[in-house]
Amino acid sequence: MTAPLLELANLRIAFPTPHGPAEVVKGVSFTLGRERLGIVGESGSGKSLTGRAILRLIRPPGRVSAERMVFDGIDLAVLPERAMRNLRGARISMVMQDPKFSLNPVMSVGDQIAEALRAHETLPRRDLRARVVEMLGQVQINDPERVARLYPHQVSGGMGQRVMIAMMLIPQPDLLIADEPTSALDVSVQAQVLDLIDGLVRKNSMGLILISHDLDLVARYCDRILVMSAGRVVEECAAGGLAGATHPYTRGLIAAVPRMIEDRDELPVLDRAAWNGT
Amino acid sequence: MKALALENVDIAYAGTRVVHDVNIEVAEGESFALVGESGSGKSTVLKAVAGLAPEWTGSIDVLGQPRAHGTGRAFARTCQMVFQDPYGSLHPRKTVNAALVEPLAVHGLGNRDARVADTLQAVGLDERFRFRFPHQLSGGQRQRVAIARALMLEPKIMLLDEPTSALDVSVQAEILNLLKRLRREQGLTYLMVTHNLPVVAFLCDRLAVMKAGRIVEVAPARTLRTGGFAHPYSRELYAASGGAHAVEQPRPVELT
Amino acid sequence: MAGARAWLLDPSPATSFQASAGRAWRMFTTLMRNPLAVTGLIIVLGLVFTAAFAPQIAPESPIGQDLGARLLPPSEAHWMGTDELGRDIFSRVVWGSRITLLIVALVAVISAPVGLIVGAVSGYFGGWTDKLLMGITDVFLSMPKLILALAFVAALGPGIRNAIIAIAITSWPAYARIARAETLTFRHAEYIDAVRIQGASSARIILRHLLPLCTSSMIVRVTLDMAGIILTAAGLGFLGLGAQPPLPEWGAMISRGRAFILDQWWVATMPGFAIILVSLGFCFLGDGLRDVLDPKAGGRE
Repeated sequence: MTAPLLELANLRIAFPTPHGPAEVVKGVSFTLGRERLGIVGESGSGKSLTGRAILRLIRPPGRVSAERMVFDGIDLAVLPERAMRNLRGARISMVMQDPKFSLNPVMSVGDQIAEALRAHETLPRRDLRARVVEMLGQVQINDPERVARLYPHQVSGGMGQRVMIAMMLIPQPDLLIADEPTSALDVSVQAQVLDLIDGLVRKNSMGLILISHDLDLVARYCDRILVMSAGRVVEECAAGGLAGATHPYTRGLIAAVPRMIEDRDELPVLDRAAWNGT
Repeated sequence: MKALALENVDIAYAGTRVVHDVNIEVAEGESFALVGESGSGKSTVLKAVAGLAPEWTGSIDVLGQPRAHGTGRAFARTCQMVFQDPYGSLHPRKTVNAALVEPLAVHGLGNRDARVADTLQAVGLDERFRFRFPHQLSGGQRQRVAIARALMLEPKIMLLDEPTSALDVSVQAEILNLLKRLRREQGLTYLMVTHNLPVVAFLCDRLAVMKAGRIVEVAPARTLRTGGFAHPYSRELYAASGGAHAVEQPRPVELT
Repeated sequence: MAGARAWLLDPSPATSFQASAGRAWRMFTTLMRNPLAVTGLIIVLGLVFTAAFAPQIAPESPIGQDLGARLLPPSEAHWMGTDELGRDIFSRVVWGSRITLLIVALVAVISAPVGLIVGAVSGYFGGWTDKLLMGITDVFLSMPKLILALAFVAALGPGIRNAIIAIAITSWPAYARIARAETLTFRHAEYIDAVRIQGASSARIILRHLLPLCTSSMIVRVTLDMAGIILTAAGLGFLGLGAQPPLPEWGAMISRGRAFILDQWWVATMPGFAIILVSLGFCFLGDGLRDVLDPKAGGRE
């Protein structure tokens, strides 16, 4: 039994408000091996914050606490910031939602990817450029030399997201956190990008945490699913086992989505009062 | 009489033609969807009908009357629009009440208090919300207000620009139910823009698939049950939306 | 008291009035959390109070001369000393607050609305309207305030009224620029599109929908500008072009006191302190208002 890649126990995140501190993540726990975990929830469920907390990206005034936050034997909770910086990108990476906002508009695509590599390895410039081009090829971008010279506003959404993936995977991390990686993309491009992430994760035996609001997507691309609501994990199951979901929130969420073959006159609406607080 | 008839419509934006040769007919009481990805021109067609994209040629007839190019008071009583982003479609300095009274004030209609109260009730918001500001409302509540605002002038035709894509799943279901109910109760005609095919399956009678500014196919909504689209792009879109899954095998999460 | 507060903070107001009052209250309490803003507010309110109750506050007449008591230093009898004609400087400063307040208020009332409308119309219509209006605005903007004011009063004759008009003429262009920039930001917002589809006329859209959005930045800018207006008025007064003697305008008082500055420093310095204090007050208040009103700076609506 190999040691888990990530162990999280009782993660809590609180933000100050005029009415006192408000807890937005209330005791999330899970372990992750070199497998694909999906975290599903609606806005306000705390799923994105959980991903950011793992990378210790939540700054004061937000307060993060956890009984256990261990990555590959390293205790993340007590790690000094400098050591954490070495981890970020090199061992844990994050792909975010909208390449329009997550790519630096004044640096060329190639330079940004090189930057990601330079932060963790020192290489002569020629090798750097070769690695960048090779990585762009791995994310299935045609004509990588030309694309490397382009600026973010000159590439399409799907290509921008591939660039983001290249940037995040070039240092060959062990864990990839993908926070709504395809929500800003067109439907036809979504599948391509997710297949790409899936392929690279498998190839490098990485762990993947896929955060999304789309239950179908997560069921298709993950091995295990966590359903979050209002800061808590309400359901944990294998991807194929969603049909047997027990928690009313999960069942409600599944039922509320319109289907391609739709016979219902009315969509069942989540009765929030019924499960809130349990 | 057709509710909407677009014939040979070309729409330009700042001189460049973005929509080519669109021909659509929507019957009264019908719910018609314009489906496509970003850049397909579907929102532009909607804006042209609304009067917000005045650079078009061809003919657009609404309830038998040819339509002028810009916005206007007479047209406002026939046709209104619901926008996509609930966080941007309400004036931040106006209460819900002010936003709903505005169209009545513009047209000099009376009995405002009763009308506002009735419309709020029709969209499922109670008196509690009437004097709140938009930042005090959730996304779903804002979208209800946007729908209420569109209904104030009792239009026959509603233009819906991706009305639920910015909403959470659970809220989306409520808004979709609301839209379906309103159409049934008030006999409205819908022209809806969306990229989400299951929403079309739930809410619409027919759909037109658009790509790069052109309509590639028009089909009845029941085509979504079989995936039997004629045009290869339609089939691509259908497959990418998970259509193949739906048809070839029962959904893994089919609950009884 | 607790009942009033609960009424103001009610999350579901029952009337328009309650909603607006609640919003104003929330902004006020946010403002009160900023100590500098509170200081500024106290100073500004102090100015208003002093101007309103000048007859009661000032111990002596501002224009009554007493040549036997010339140039006396600050003392129990005369808190700020006396000037070259034996007048109590404290009384003159107090009465002068009326003039200062008058100038500041009138300039704001004249130039801000003019600037707002010019800017909003220019931003909304764009095209030739924009080019024309902004061209005119630029012409006025490019003239140095004091020089233009000088030229104006030189042409029309000195006096408070002409000074006010002169300063107002040089102030409105800045407001026009701000209003135009704000309008350009909001012009394509969906809520504006929604009102257009309802069939509202351009005038209605500008007046009832766009202008309310510009008021936040306008209020902040006007408040911050008040310091500059006071200084410009003082400058005109200093040059003898603003209020004429024997009116106790602060700038004119400084000018008069220049001759005695080495031995009887209080004649020029006391009104100077008053100007500094009031200017600072407006600056602090303006900064505080910006934090409260400007959503981009993180303030809530």
